[in-house]
Order: sequence, then C-alpha cells, then structure tokens
Amino acid sequence: MAKIQLTVNGASHTREVEDRTLLVDLLRDHLGLTGTHIGCDTSQCGCCTVHVDGRAVKSCTMLAAQVNGATVVTIEGMASGDKLHPVQQAFTDCHALQCGFCTPGMIMATAALLKDNPQPTDEEIYHGLEGNLCRCTGYINIVKAVKQAAQTLK
Amino acid sequence: MHQFSYLKAKSLADAAALAKANPEAKLMSGGMTLLPTLKQGLAQPSHLIDIGGLKELSGIEVKGDVLSIGAVTRHYDVASSAAVAKAIPALSYLANQIGDPQVRNRGTIGGSVANNDPAADYPSAVLALNATIVTDRREIAADDFFQGMFATALEEGEIVVRIVFPLPKRAAYEKFPHPASGYAMAGVFIAETAAGVRVAVTGAGPGVFRWSDAEKALAGGLKAGALDALTVDATDLNEDFHATREYRANLVQVMGKRALQKLLA
Ligand SMILES: Cc1cc2nc3c(=O)[nH]c(=O)nc-3n(C[C@H](O)[C@H](O)[C@H](O)COP(=O)(O)OP(=O)(O)OC[C@H]3O[C@@H](n4cnc5c(N)ncnc54)[C@H](O)[C@@H]3O)c2cc1C
Ligand code: FES
Ligand code: FES
Repeated sequence: MAKIQLTVNGASHTREVEDRTLLVDLLRDHLGLTGTHIGCDTSQCGCCTVHVDGRAVKSCTMLAAQVNGATVVTIEGMASGDKLHPVQQAFTDCHALQCGFCTPGMIMATAALLKDNPQPTDEEIYHGLEGNLCRCTGYINIVKAVKQAAQTLK
Repeated sequence: MHQFSYLKAKSLADAAALAKANPEAKLMSGGMTLLPTLKQGLAQPSHLIDIGGLKELSGIEVKGDVLSIGAVTRHYDVASSAAVAKAIPALSYLANQIGDPQVRNRGTIGGSVANNDPAADYPSAVLALNATIVTDRREIAADDFFQGMFATALEEGEIVVRIVFPLPKRAAYEKFPHPASGYAMAGVFIAETAAGVRVAVTGAGPGVFRWSDAEKALAGGLKAGALDALTVDATDLNEDFHATREYRANLVQVMGKRALQKLLA
C-alpha cells in the first residue's frame, strides 16, 4: 500500500491506496471527483486529462504514487463558485460539445494550451489538442471555443 | 493491472541497488510506455522502480561541442529548451512532434531510447547524430546501442544516465506520423557531423537503421536533388495493417527528400 498526500483543487488529501492505483482512479473512486472521465484503455483519448503541478497529463497513465506531494487540478476546480472558467464558458457559448464525454479533458487540455501559447493559430490548436479525441467529432466548434477563450483570457 | 510494489528511488545508486535486489523489477521513467504495457498485461514486473525526476539523471547542458541531456528529461523540456533550440534545432523539432502534449509532459528521452520502439522518434536522432549513451556502467556508441526491435545493448538493470550529442554542422528531421498515435510510419534524420553525413531511418524497419545509400549519395556534399535517384529496397521493411512494406519504402524516400530540402532551406 502507498500513502499518498496531494492537493486537489486547493484541498489537501491523504489516502492509502494500492501501489497499482492510477491517478484517475484515485480521483474518481477515492475522492469522488467523477468529472474526470475514462474513455479508453490505451492512453490515447485524453478524456482523463488533469493538471499535475501545472501541466496537462493523462491521469489514466500515471500512478497515484507518482503524484505524492503534487498539486492537481481537475475539471471540478476550474469554475469559481457559479462563475464558469473562461474556457468552460467558451465551450458552452460555442456549442463545443455534443454528448460531453470528452469535454472535461478538452477543457483541461485547452486551459493548458492557452497557458503555454495564449494566442494560438488554428494549426497550433490542432497540434495542442492532438492528445484529445472527440467521438462526436465536433472539432470545428471546439476550435472556435479555444479561440473565444483565448480572446477572453487576453 | 496486476499487483506490483512501487519503489521511489532516492538516487542513481539507490535505483541500481533496488534493481539488483529485485531481478523481476522494471525501471520507470515517464511511464508513458511502461504503464500502457502493464495495463495490457504485456509485462508483469514485481516492482516498479521510479527514477523520474532523479537529479543525477536530469538536466540539459551544452559544454564545448556537445549537448548532454539527462535520461529523465521530458520531451516537453527538450522541445522548449532554448539551449537545445540553439545547439540542435532539429532535436527540438523532433521532441515537439512526439505523440501529443500530455505524452510530451511525461515521456522522457531515456525511456524512449531504452525502449527502442521501432517507430519511436528519438532513436533516429541519437543514431544520425552519432550520440553516446552514458549508463551507470559505461558509455555506448549509438551504432552499438540499437539492436533491432525493442532490443538494445543495455544489460539487466543497467540504467541510462544521459545522452551526449556531438553538435552537428546542421541537421534535419522529417516524419510521416501515424494519424492516430503520432508514432513514425517513417522518419528520416539527416545530420552533417564531424564524422561525415549520417542518415538514420525510424518507423520503417524492425528497428532504427542507417540508410547507407543516402549517406553515400550525400557524401560528396549536401545538394538539392541528391536523393532523387535513390530507391529503397522494401524487402526488410515492416508490413502491418497500417501500411505495406512498399508503401513504407516510398515514405522513406519522400521523408528523406523533405529532410534534405529542410536542411538546405
Ligand atoms: C498516446 C501515445 C503516443 C505516443 N507517440 C509517440 C511518438 O509519436 N513518438 C515516440 O517516439 N514516442 C511516442 N510515444 C512514446 C513516448 O514517447 C514514451 O514516453 C517513450 O517511448 C518512453 O519514455 P518514458 O519515459 O515514458 O519511459 P517508461 O514508460 O517509463 O519506460 C519505458 C521502458 O524503458 C525502460 N527505461 C526507462 N528509463 C530508463 C533508463 N533511464 N534506463 C534504462 N531503462 C529505462 C523502462 O524500464 C521501460 O522498459 C507515445 C506514447 C503514447 C502513450
Ligand atoms: S482514458 Fe486516459 S487517455 Fe483515454
Ligand atoms: S462531445 Fe461527445 S465525445 Fe466529444
């Protein structure tokens, strides 16, 4: 068993979990943060994207043990009270979701992309969201939302 | 995933000792290859020895005419390093083409080189640039290191510490990525080095290899069109449901020409 201490969305948690526990399972099953989705078993879809120490990662491809002592932000940590994060607001405004399954990961990946590159071109948006798949294939509106969010955050 | 014990190495010596004490253990750097492998049940190590972030295995440094990159340096850190961009821009470009941002935020150069996936990007740069792989036991020349599909000169428990790249006069990399994974269907790295022009091909064969016909064609100088007359023998190339060997042979040629064009631009 591994004793894990980490900060998630500003709150400190300590849990004892099996060594093989994935970060995504720690978040969903142990901390009840089910906004982070699992869409594949092959590290490809990006639905499980969260931020670890400020960088986007696929939480299905990290062990909970690897984030011991780290700071994690999930989709639940993006809004401030009732006020959506500008990326969330942009996805809503631009109708950038259909079933919504990929959306938490898309939003986390977008927020990370805009931190590195506040005014991305279309090509840079495609490259920056390469690790996220939308099974409803609503990519055009997703790209629109990224651009709107970039404007708002400017 | 099956049960294993997670061990966080405190130092390089600690990692080596843990590996020695646990013959069924596996080293873990970024885990971006190892964890998917475990999830698929393709490996069942007793322990994972986490070497990610170890100080002795970190850092990017240009000293004299070599660029040294620590084994646990992440693809993102190579891609965004000003020192790498200045010393070997083709290497920054290559690092930024690996997988996707989330993969680049975790995956490391040492893991990629030790794993020697036949479609991985780094092995082509390491081989074409005539780099040296420094381990906790010895120094291994790239020509001796890569030994075919997922095979390297590494011994049981041997740990890659850093990769040392002699600075080339110029270099360029072009790959045709698999549209889903980003891995190279074919990637060609051309480097004009002190030891002459070296050309390495990844993705197309059972392991990274030097393209000797292209090296000969470029030996007299890097000239536009110098690769145009070459054909690539498909016999020993990979064939799978992504592409036939003939298609891959053609891709090698096209990527080679593009890399040369880029190098001359
Ligand atoms: C969705 C996806 C897309 C990808 N696309 C690409 C791509 O386009 N191009 C590409 O090149 N790669 C790609 N990769 C692979 C990625 O680059 C991996 O990060 C890399 O191959 C392995 O690095 P790692 O640090 O994650 O290694 P790990 O997964 O930690 O380890 C891999 C292997 O190397 C061994 N090892 C690790 N470090 C050392 C060391 N220092 N000394 C000795 N042995 C060691 C481990 O024991 C293990 O067997 C992709 C991966 C994913 C999940
Ligand atoms: S669930 Fe993590 S990448 Fe698909
Ligand atoms: S909105 Fe359905 S998967 Fe993207």
